Amino acid sequence: MHSLLTRFKRSSEAYLTAVILLLVVVFGVLTPDFLTLGNWFDLVESYSVTAILAIGLFVVLVTGGIDISFAATASVAQYLAAYAAIRLNMPAPVVLLIGAVTGTLLGCLNAVLIDRLRATAIIITISTMSVYFALLMYFTSGKSIYGLPGWWSDSMVLFEMTTGPDQSVRLTLPIVVMIVVAVGTAFIMNRTSLGRQLYAMGGNPEAARRVGVSLSTMQWFAYGYLGLLAGIAGLLQAHRVGESVPNAMIGGELNVVAAAVLGGASLLGGIGSVSGVVLGILLLAILRNGLNLMGVSPYFFQIVIGTILLASTGITGLSLRRRRVAEA
Amino acid sequence: MSDPVVQASRAQRQPFVRMRNATMKFAGVTALQALDWDIIPGEVHCLIGENGCGKSTAIKILSGVNIPEEGTVIEIDGTPYPHLTPAQSKALGLHVIYQDLSLFPNLSVAENIAMDDALHSLGRLVNRRQMIERASAALKRLDVHLPLDEKVGSLPIASRQLVAICRGLASDARLLFMDEPTASLTRSEVDSLLGVVRRLKQDGIAIVFVSHRLDEVVEIAERVTVLRDGRKLGTYPAGSLDDRKLGELMTGLQIEHKVRAHDCSAAAPILEVRQLSRRGEFRNVNFTVHKGEVVGITGLLGAGRTELALSIFGMSPPDGGEIRLDGQAMQARSNRDAIDAGIAYVSEDRLSIGVNMRQSVQDNMVLAVLHRLASGIGWVSPASRHATAAKWRDKLRIKIPALEAPVSQLSGGNQQRVVLAKWLATDPKLLILDSPTVGVDIGNKQGIYEIVHSLAELGMSVLMISDEVPEVYYNCDRVLHMRSGEIVDEFVPGRDSEDHIREHVYA
Repeated sequence: MHSLLTRFKRSSEAYLTAVILLLVVVFGVLTPDFLTLGNWFDLVESYSVTAILAIGLFVVLVTGGIDISFAATASVAQYLAAYAAIRLNMPAPVVLLIGAVTGTLLGCLNAVLIDRLRATAIIITISTMSVYFALLMYFTSGKSIYGLPGWWSDSMVLFEMTTGPDQSVRLTLPIVVMIVVAVGTAFIMNRTSLGRQLYAMGGNPEAARRVGVSLSTMQWFAYGYLGLLAGIAGLLQAHRVGESVPNAMIGGELNVVAAAVLGGASLLGGIGSVSGVVLGILLLAILRNGLNLMGVSPYFFQIVIGTILLASTGITGLSLRRRRVAEA
Repeated sequence: MSDPVVQASRAQRQPFVRMRNATMKFAGVTALQALDWDIIPGEVHCLIGENGCGKSTAIKILSGVNIPEEGTVIEIDGTPYPHLTPAQSKALGLHVIYQDLSLFPNLSVAENIAMDDALHSLGRLVNRRQMIERASAALKRLDVHLPLDEKVGSLPIASRQLVAICRGLASDARLLFMDEPTASLTRSEVDSLLGVVRRLKQDGIAIVFVSHRLDEVVEIAERVTVLRDGRKLGTYPAGSLDDRKLGELMTGLQIEHKVRAHDCSAAAPILEVRQLSRRGEFRNVNFTVHKGEVVGITGLLGAGRTELALSIFGMSPPDGGEIRLDGQAMQARSNRDAIDAGIAYVSEDRLSIGVNMRQSVQDNMVLAVLHRLASGIGWVSPASRHATAAKWRDKLRIKIPALEAPVSQLSGGNQQRVVLAKWLATDPKLLILDSPTVGVDIGNKQGIYEIVHSLAELGMSVLMISDEVPEVYYNCDRVLHMRSGEIVDEFVPGRDSEDHIREHVYA
């Protein structure tokens, strides 16, 4: 287990953990509210949707691909499900299925286009993002759907504990879904043949093809899985706010990319882990919350995110170059 | 090998692979014509020939990538097949190790070796313990040690090669094809690779080498099959061949092997290097290159040859010592200064650094002289670019459909000439060639040597870096031997024999 420890020390998870601990101490000292357990659970819940999207995006990044259209996908899935629930009065299981299937199909459409047109994933998904979102706005005229049924919008607390006067810890549905998604994805990526093939493809696509990995199948899975998680994220987001607003989820894409990259995923593919991505989200969440509690402008948060991204990619790039020099 | 009993028992053994009448056509062009080829279990067999002779076609037929014409029979262990699919080929134990090794740099050694385990149905769980066991079993068979948890991307190239071999063993290979396995290895690494090959032999695994390095072919192989223009010239016992004879078989040309070794000491010194040092790379280096002289620097990889060249070329400033070019002390702070002073450097890694593959031949050739062709306001007229490129195309006899053709369409030898042309266009006094013929086949090698010789006739001084002793022996006037950052010997080809130099270098 000694080697496991040394490997952890060199990993990006270790850096992230260190930075997070540092931030926790700093914010804990500066703002007394920060260290309350209640604040922590609220924080995790408010980032659960972003986390689910980032985990889905991570799977695509591992294959060496990228997808910008997931927020549009989530919005379409959410709206169709809300439409089915309110206008068509469909029962809960059907509504949920519609959300999940819509997301998966839109994701698979990305995979088909990327595979068949042999075009760069970023261009394809920028195009589909534009088309998915514009279709949604065109047909809905941007009108929101309010008053979602109670089974959907009522807050679901699976566990509650009072930790003091006016203070309680609540384990809510979004947190649980996020945990299930994280554990499930980590299992797929690390413990199944499928996951190993995804990593292999990201590391060396030509070699993967030669040993018999079907690159098309891998793309189908990666983009379809991100679509599925986007659908789930869409349903959860509506659950949290109680309505479906067509453009509510648009605009946060880059934060999700930032979280995945912060967590050690590379846009070149092949590396990263679910735990890294979750830590990346946690880092972003803590930063925003801490700065918020300190009363700092939200723009400052964006400055910090940009700087951290630059620093973390810079460190990775530099250490890579140093290693290469050492080898030569 | 010379043991008669061993010889006899080998002759009695059934061939593992028996190809009969293998023919392959691409769009009507015959790539391989009626090849009959046997591979015996436990033998080391070399397949050689120039680029385009049908070597890779033959291997692709066996790996199931190419489907041969009707009439082809492939017998594996006595069972005939009209052709193989990739899956069949793998199941029968035929395993190809490509030149790029096809490894996954982001995965661990164990994961790379046991990759086959992850190729079953997608939902299957990965059993880490089984994976580690499989990987260490393969390593044990080769009697080598590698860190199983280490990412392959952080291993040196020689270890990666072992990983690729182990992957073959882990998937129960009975025949390993190795494409140019020694191209990027140092001499001692080649030796340990040969040790591994011997172990594989003992296990009854057949090995087919595809190689350009003729001296190694002769050294390790038991049998050599030579192809030329899609036809088999024959299979020969390796003992009956030397690298000269092989070269002649491959090209069909009588290659003239004559030592150059002009005495140029009376000519004016062009490059004078005095007490040149750079910490950790080389120290107290002294030598002179005269006008029209070709000086070779040989030595093992890592001896500091390339580092020395880069310092002379102004890319990494020396810590101490002096470089004089044409009598002038040189204070090059960058390669730009060195180019202006009259030094050209053709890098070892021509494909990635030397040329821009997607750009045209012409654009590549004029790249280093754009500022000279440019008018006062920076305008480079198409006519002057074309004229410069055409001049060098003719001088170097580069065969291309058009100067506008992208370099990627050219053969390896012609790409090398484009790189040479790019640097010759700068009108250098000193041309530094770093491993100029790595990966170039023998016919094109000869062409490059001829260019070097004619440049020297024209009065250009050439510094040729190479770890192939025959290359410097037959093409240089003097040979310097570099070891651990110092120049330890000076040889004159002809006065000192090739074997004498080889012994010193590989000692």
